[in-house]
Amino acid sequence: MAAVSGLVRRPLRQVGGGTAPQCPRATPAHPSSSLSILLSPCQVSGLLKRRFHRTAPAALQVTVRDAINQGMDEELERDEKVFLLGEEVAQYDGAYKVSRGLWKKYGDKRIIDTPISEMGFAGIAVGAAMAGLRPICEFMTFNFSMQAIDQVINSAAKTYYMSGGLQPVPIVFRGPNGASAGVAAQHSQCFAAWYGHCPGLKVVSPWSSEDAKGLIKSAIRDNNPVVMLENELMYGVPFEFPAEAQSKDFLIPIGKAKIERQGTHITVVSHSRPVGHCLEAATVLSKEGIECEVINLRTIRPMDIETVEASVMKTNHLVTVEGGWPQFGVGAEICARIMEGPAFNFLDAPAVRVTGADVPMPYAKILEDNSVPQVKDIIFAIKKTLNI
Amino acid sequence: MRKMLAAVSRVLSGAAQKPANRVLVASRNFANDATFEIKKCDLHRLEEGPPVTTVLTREDGLKYYRMMQTVRRMELKADQLYKQKIIRGFCHLCDGQRCVLYCFMLSSLTQEACCVGLEAGINPTDHLITAYRAHGFTFTRGLSVREILAELTGRKGGCAKGKGGSMHMYAKNFYGGNGIVGAQVPLGAGIALACKYNGKDEVCLTLYGDGAANQGQIFEAYNMAALWKLPCIFICENNRYGMGTSVERAAASTDYFKRGDFIPGLRVDGMDILCVREATRFAAAYCRSGKGPILMELQTYRYHGHSMSDPGVSYRTREEIQEVRSKSDPIMLLKDRMVNSNLASVEELKEIDVEVRKEIEDAAQFATADPEPPLEELGYHIYSSDPPFEVRGANQWIKFKSVS
Repeated sequence: MAAVSGLVRRPLRQVGGGTAPQCPRATPAHPSSSLSILLSPCQVSGLLKRRFHRTAPAALQVTVRDAINQGMDEELERDEKVFLLGEEVAQYDGAYKVSRGLWKKYGDKRIIDTPISEMGFAGIAVGAAMAGLRPICEFMTFNFSMQAIDQVINSAAKTYYMSGGLQPVPIVFRGPNGASAGVAAQHSQCFAAWYGHCPGLKVVSPWSSEDAKGLIKSAIRDNNPVVMLENELMYGVPFEFPAEAQSKDFLIPIGKAKIERQGTHITVVSHSRPVGHCLEAATVLSKEGIECEVINLRTIRPMDIETVEASVMKTNHLVTVEGGWPQFGVGAEICARIMEGPAFNFLDAPAVRVTGADVPMPYAKILEDNSVPQVKDIIFAIKKTLNI
Repeated sequence: MRKMLAAVSRVLSGAAQKPANRVLVASRNFANDATFEIKKCDLHRLEEGPPVTTVLTREDGLKYYRMMQTVRRMELKADQLYKQKIIRGFCHLCDGQRCVLYCFMLSSLTQEACCVGLEAGINPTDHLITAYRAHGFTFTRGLSVREILAELTGRKGGCAKGKGGSMHMYAKNFYGGNGIVGAQVPLGAGIALACKYNGKDEVCLTLYGDGAANQGQIFEAYNMAALWKLPCIFICENNRYGMGTSVERAAASTDYFKRGDFIPGLRVDGMDILCVREATRFAAAYCRSGKGPILMELQTYRYHGHSMSDPGVSYRTREEIQEVRSKSDPIMLLKDRMVNSNLASVEELKEIDVEVRKEIEDAAQFATADPEPPLEELGYHIYSSDPPFEVRGANQWIKFKSVS
C-alpha cells in the first residue's frame, strides 16, 4: 500500500519534443477570436497555419450554441410532444440565441415565450411533463432557477420516488450556469453542487459542441428530470464536430465521463469550461515532460466515478478542477468518493481541488479573473501534487 | 317491483364493487328524480352563473351518498389509526369528526361535498390536482379505500407502495397529493397546458386552500393561464383557516373568487354537493369552450384542527364550531333532500351506511395487517425507465439496488 502522507518524489520520464507543435512566438491571436479563450496564441496560430497547409478536415466546425440548437431542433422534429418554454426563447431567438430559428420553424404551440415568472413557468413545465408532454424549460441563467428551485426538486426530482414509480416527470431544465464575464455576483453562481446533491435528478454539464449536442438529445429523450448546465462563455466556441455527431441519432450517454487526453503522471478531472483550461495546462506541462490525463466528467449526477478511479489507479495523483465554490462542491464529492474506493490505495499524494474563489463574484476584471480557476492555478496545483 | 329491486341492486352493487348481499327496500315506489333549489353563486366578471335549480336522479343521489359516507368513514378511520400511532407523520383529514376522548364531539364533516361534488361535475378523462388534504380526492378519482389506508399506514399494498404516505397519492388523471403549499397550482396550469396542447377538450381542476391563496406563484399561474387561455379551473377551498390563522388575519382581500382579477370567478356553497356539482359543470363548460381559465371559491368549514396534532380550539371558539356543524352537514343535507323527495328511504340509506362501515373495516384490517415494504426496495423508483443501478445507504458499505 503506497504511503498516503508525504509526497513521493517520482522521477519523471523525459519526453522529447512534447505534443504541441513547436512554433515561434507568433503574433497573438486576434482579440475577438473566440478561439483565443480556449487556446494559447501559439496554438491558435498553429491551427490557422494547419488550415492552410492541409486539405480541409472531414469534420466540420460547430459552435456549442449551434450544437445545442441542432440537438433541440432534431428532437422537436422527432417527437411532437417536445416543446420549449422560457423567457425570450421564441421571438427573440433566445437571450443567447441558442434557440435561433426554432420559433420560425415550429410556431407558437411548440416554442413558448413566458413572462418573467420562473416559479410559475417552471411549475407549468413540470405539470405538463406529468401530463405526458416533454418540455424543455429554459432558465435565462441558472441564477434565476433559484426562484423556481422548489419546482425542480420537490415537484420534479422527487415525484417518481414518492409515487412508488407511478408518475414519471420527463423534463429538461437547461440554461447557462456559472461565471460569465463582468456580470457580478448575482449572475455568476455555479449550481452543479446544488442540483448534483439531489436524488431523482440527472445533472449534465457539457464542455464541447459534441458534448452539448449529444447530451441535450439524451436529456430530452430521458424519461427523468434532467438539468443541463451550459456555459455562456462557451456558446460561441467552435469545436471539431466528428462525423458521428452529425447524425440525428447521435446521443451521449448520461452518466459516462470522457477521457479527453490520455496521460500517465496525474489525473485531472473537470467539467464544463474548465475542461479547456485543463487541456491547456496539460499542453504546457507536456513540454516539461509531465503527461496529464484529462477527464471531462460530462455528467455530474450520476457521476462516473469509475472512470476517475481507473485513471487514478494508473497515475497515482488527482487534481479536480471546477468553476464553483470550494465548500461542498463537485471536487469535494470526488475526493470523498476516491477515499472510499479502491483508488485510495493508489494515491501517492492527497487529492487536491482547484475551484472558484470562496467569494461572491466581484466585478472588476482583475478581481473576477482571480476568482475563477486560471490555467496557472491548475498548473500550480498539479506541480504541487507531483511535488515538483 | 322486480325491476325496482334489480335497479337498486345494480346501483348498490356497482357502487360497492361487490354483489349486494341483501337490499332492504321499502315496499313503495321511489321517484326517479327530483328538482332542488340551490344557492345562487356570487359572480365576478361573469354575466351569468350556474343554474339555481338542479335535477338529482335517484341513482346519482345514492351514488353521491355512498361516496360521501365512504370518504367520511375513511377519514374517521384514519383519525383512529393515527391516534393508535399506526399512521405516522402528517395526517391532514377532510372530515371534522373528533374522537370522543377529546371532550368535544363534532358531528359532521365538511369537505366531502367538495371532492364528491367536483367529481360529479367532470369526466374521468379530466384531470385533478390538489395539495396535501388529498385522501378524499384520491378516492373519488378512482382508488380504493384499501390502497389509501394502506398507504397511510405505510404498507406495501399502499397506492404508492408505502413510499409517499398521506401527502403523495397518485392515480390516473390525479396528480396528488402535493406537500409544498401553492406549488400544485402552477403544476395544474401545466396539466391544463397539456390538455390544450393535445386538443382533447379536457380540463384540469387545480385546488388550493385559503391559506395557499396568498402564494405568489398562484398569481404567476393565473397570469399565464389567462394569457394562454389554458383550460384550468382554479378552485379555492376556503375553510376559513390556514392552520391557526383565520382568513381575516391572512388576506387583505378574503373574496378569493375575485382574486384572479382578470379571471372570471364564482363563489360556491361548498357544503351543498349539488351546488358544487352545478358550479363545476358550469366552470368545465366555460373552459371547454376555449374561453380560458375560471376560478371557483368553495366555501366550506373545517371542524377538525388543521391536522391530527391540532386540537383546533386555540384560535377559534367552540361556539363557532358548534354553530356551523348544527346548520350545515353535507351528508345530512343530501340525506334529508333524498328522503323528503322520496328518492330514497331512511332504511335504504342506513343499509348503505352499514355496507360502507364494513368496507372501511375490511380496508383498515388490510392496512394494519399488510406488511411494510421490503427493505430491499428502499432504493427503487429513483429514475424511470432506467437499467438497475446502486444507491448508497447510510454508509459506503450499505448499498441498495435501484430498479425503475
